[in-house]
Amino acid sequence: MSDVVEKTLSALPSLLSLDSQAGAGKLSPSSKLGNLIKGITELTSKHEEETLIKKELESIKEQVASPNTTMRQMKEIMVRAIYCEMLGYQASFSYIHAIKLAQQGSVLEKRVGYLAVSLFLNETDEFLLLLVNTVLKDLQSTNLIEVCMALTVVSQMFPKDMIPAILPVVEEKLTHPKEIIRRKAVLALYKFYLIAPNQVQHIHSKFRKALCDKDPGVMTASLHIYLQLIKENPESYKDLTGSMVTILRQVVGGKLPLDFNYHSVPAPWLQIQLLRILAYLGKEDQGTSEMMYDVLEESLRRAEMNHNITYAILFECVKTIYTVHPKSQLLEKAAECIGNFVLSPKINLKYLGLKALTYVVQQDANLALPHQMTIIECLDHSDVIIKRETLELLFRITNAQNVTVIVEKMLEFLRLTCDDYSTIDLVGKVAELTMNSVFSLGGDVMQPDIPNNFLRLLAEGVDNVEDRQLRLFAVDSYVSLLQGETAKLPQRFLQVISWVLGEYSYLREEESDPGSVMRLLARLLDQRHTSTETRSWVLGAMTKLCSSPVSVALARDVCERYLYSGSLNTVLRQKAQELMILSQDTKLRARVLPAEGRLESPEVDSSLSFLDGYVSDALAAGAAPYKSPHQRQEDLVQEKALSLEPYGLSLPVSLSSCSITDRRSPTLLSMSSGLSGNSTELSHQEGSTTLKLEGVKRVWGKDGYLAQQQSAGETPTPLVELPSPLLSPQSPPSQKPSSGLEPDQEKRQLASSLFVGLGSHNSVCLVRLPSTVWLFIKNCQSANQSNVVKSLFKPFYINSCQSKNHGSFVKVSGIFAARKSCQTDDSCCFPPQISCISGSPLKEVKGHSVSVCLHTVVMKRASVQVELAGLLSYQRPLGQPQAAQFSLSLSLKHFLRPLTVSTGDYGKMWLSFSHDLKQNLRLVTTEHQEPLTATLDALKGKLHLHVVDIIGSEGIVACRLLQGPGQGQPCLLHCRVHADSLAVWLRSPVPELPDSLLYHCQKALTET
Amino acid sequence: ITFLTLHFLSSPAIQIRFILIQNRAGKTRLAKWYMQFDDDEKQKLIEEVHAVVTVRDAKHTNFVEVRLYACLSCLQFRNFKIIYRRYAGLYFCICVDVTDNNLAYLEGIHNFVEVLNEYFHNVCELDLVFNFYKVYTVVDEMFLAGEIRETSQTKVLKQLLMLQSLE
Repeated sequence: MSDVVEKTLSALPSLLSLDSQAGAGKLSPSSKLGNLIKGITELTSKHEEETLIKKELESIKEQVASPNTTMRQMKEIMVRAIYCEMLGYQASFSYIHAIKLAQQGSVLEKRVGYLAVSLFLNETDEFLLLLVNTVLKDLQSTNLIEVCMALTVVSQMFPKDMIPAILPVVEEKLTHPKEIIRRKAVLALYKFYLIAPNQVQHIHSKFRKALCDKDPGVMTASLHIYLQLIKENPESYKDLTGSMVTILRQVVGGKLPLDFNYHSVPAPWLQIQLLRILAYLGKEDQGTSEMMYDVLEESLRRAEMNHNITYAILFECVKTIYTVHPKSQLLEKAAECIGNFVLSPKINLKYLGLKALTYVVQQDANLALPHQMTIIECLDHSDVIIKRETLELLFRITNAQNVTVIVEKMLEFLRLTCDDYSTIDLVGKVAELTMNSVFSLGGDVMQPDIPNNFLRLLAEGVDNVEDRQLRLFAVDSYVSLLQGETAKLPQRFLQVISWVLGEYSYLREEESDPGSVMRLLARLLDQRHTSTETRSWVLGAMTKLCSSPVSVALARDVCERYLYSGSLNTVLRQKAQELMILSQDTKLRARVLPAEGRLESPEVDSSLSFLDGYVSDALAAGAAPYKSPHQRQEDLVQEKALSLEPYGLSLPVSLSSCSITDRRSPTLLSMSSGLSGNSTELSHQEGSTTLKLEGVKRVWGKDGYLAQQQSAGETPTPLVELPSPLLSPQSPPSQKPSSGLEPDQEKRQLASSLFVGLGSHNSVCLVRLPSTVWLFIKNCQSANQSNVVKSLFKPFYINSCQSKNHGSFVKVSGIFAARKSCQTDDSCCFPPQISCISGSPLKEVKGHSVSVCLHTVVMKRASVQVELAGLLSYQRPLGQPQAAQFSLSLSLKHFLRPLTVSTGDYGKMWLSFSHDLKQNLRLVTTEHQEPLTATLDALKGKLHLHVVDIIGSEGIVACRLLQGPGQGQPCLLHCRVHADSLAVWLRSPVPELPDSLLYHCQKALTET
Repeated sequence: ITFLTLHFLSSPAIQIRFILIQNRAGKTRLAKWYMQFDDDEKQKLIEEVHAVVTVRDAKHTNFVEVRLYACLSCLQFRNFKIIYRRYAGLYFCICVDVTDNNLAYLEGIHNFVEVLNEYFHNVCELDLVFNFYKVYTVVDEMFLAGEIRETSQTKVLKQLLMLQSLE
């Protein structure tokens, strides 16, 4: 199996490169699609694009209608139609032809036809009915590719009513010998289950078979169905718990083929899926939960590598641990894990940490305590998403003591971002809910502006769905509060309640009798605890409410009591009088309290009118018209929206700076783009071609720059490798080409630009592990060369970089100048030439002056690979200064050295190391050696490991990660032959080392 | 609140709602929908996503829980989030359920890009532009029925190679 994969892999590059070069090249100049795309990218306005595409669509329309169009041409036309649709232009006339293409085309044309169908049509489109027979035919085809295509299209969209027509054929595919067909069939059934669950009821037993399929891929696919089934009805699937636990244990233990690894983590997405299933199974079920504790703990322990994908697993694991029946030991570990997330400098992890924390503080509010400072910092974060999550968290931990601070924070936040609807929505809810619990606790001691702010929040905003919901929610919760015991509610809260009920009770009118709120308010008036001020608020609310006959009667009742039973308070008497009059005169009431005018405040309107003259004067004098903050924000949004223009600046710039065939253009997708905000994976990137040009200073201080030496003449100065301090103050060059820079300065510049970027990979890591690389780069200059070839002075470039292991150093040498680039003039200087440095000092360098820069490379932590990139600047006589870029990968194995220990010492070390990792590796088989010996020898040869001992089917191996001469961090490997694979167990005191080493072991063995 | 829940239950439980690839200027490079939208909604969503994602910088999270106004009428998008990642000038966005595992999808995107890189041999935006229909095939191999279907790069590439050999 793995042999096949290997062959495929080795064949891939050549095949793909041929194709892709041809692909871009073939399309761009000649083909119609190429022309279309090129035409569109050259345009500068949306309008021009419209015109062009309209024209294109016309021509497409003509062509598809023509009877002479062959299927082959149709395929090409369809691709263009897809392109137009993708850009948002309808090509509905081509839909029917897409179906035709899928029906009648050859395999390749069919593929485009199906693709077009799946992009053009919706599940409910009637056109799809025309496709049913084609799908059925293709499902029964003997051509695997056709079957695959049909299954793919079926899993994307299929008319619900036609499922019975193809169901038997799809079911049949569950027993197909090819795993890819079985997988796709399972997914198609999953899709059927989603859109028409009843139709697939009868095949549940087949799902079980898929779950037990010998191919892990098919099993993975069946988990989608099971996740769904278990989510809907966990009780019926409790018996699967054991199987799920076993599968997870196997996956975590690395029992799956290496194909399933992603950045050396075994099948991470599968792990996540299983953890989700376990969460549903173990929820509120102690017995089931107990079955999974062990594997959950193992998952937590295993997922230690510093990579996003392991964090994804950890996050899911934590979620599961908190969902299933609690086990204190696990909860502790999960809490610790959440803590690490929260404290992480990576914003994504911090966010997830906050999210997890929000979830867990419901169970134990103390969990948030250690993170107070972080939480407060997050409140000030520039990312609204983080802020919102933090507020959500704060909301959950609000209690009587901290409420004032938290509410203050929320209001502050609200004031700053009051134009962001979604934020207002959230803060509104948070404040709302908080108020209910909080007003009742400490309402009276609160500053009056807090309830005021809250009311303003409720009243402000457009009358949209959310606001309505929020208000309705407030009204409902207050009504239920008033129905209970009200004596203990603080006065200020009662006032808030009255106001809200007065304003927004109409929202719930349809579902309750109109008098109920009135009665509740009246009851409030009857209570002795109610203060005079509150009473006046209540009366005010009643005034707004007395629209129905029931309420009018109630209101009259109340008023009579106040007016005639001798209340001495004038305010109350006045309010009661108002209520009395307004409740009886509906017309007057409608004028004073218009129903639709609830949201506006009439005083404000009138108070502004007298300023009209002033405003018009000011406008005449050239002042800008006033814009409300809301309007201004809208303008801002519009400005932002302008950048939606497809022809913003960035596109033409990026396209003009690269020709279409230039593949290494500025638009090159950088796999390790730092902009994505994730730097963990950088160190795992193999194919990274991008130079990192920032961040060098952080890692490369002056310490890195150790020495320089330059001398002129035909004989090289003998150079001896010396410890840095001795090398440093050497004489400056006696003959220097016309470089404007001071040599020292130049070197420094060189040094800093040379090592640009190395550190940026590790800028986020927490542990600083100084492993040292000695790096030699020689910059040779020569004069007085007379017999050199007069040839083109080629720009100097790097034609090879090598690194060699030597004793306790890694030597990096290389950076060669083009050998023929010479000049005859006496005063010429050779482009810097650097030759290989072997163990002895610089034999090869003849006839050139040599300068050596000695630099210490510090790797902050063990990682699979680091990129050393830089810029070498040089200057030819009378020429402009030039620069050449180079980059060079240093892999972990350059930093590894054998560690010679005895078996006894090995045992002691083994027990003391905390970070471990297990994985199955491939065994190397040779004719004349035991597989174990052969494998270990291969590892030893490639990675400089020390084989401590081999006993039977087990072997122990040790190595250290170089930190400088004679120092290092150890990593121990325990290998055991298990069936036809090698079970390797790595342990080290350094967290990242086992992972990175494992990666290289895998690689070394795959290459063997 | 009841209304929301009801609606949520009635929508199919698939996880990925759509996948979008856009460049910085908002040009669509790929749009794959796993849920029903009409053409106007699609265009609106594309614009919304672009507006939401491009204003965010590297210091921000790669996740946005945001209401997409295009679908305000159905109130559904409150339950979703966009997970995006920027590669050079391209934004790769996946819209999933709020309860889904953010990092898993973030890495799903990365896995996808790694496959593209392998397939196109150092992929650049122009590869995706000129071979957009091939990119759809890659998407179909890796994501199906709104789920992550295949995560093994070797297997995806093998399958793609087989399809490629037809041409």
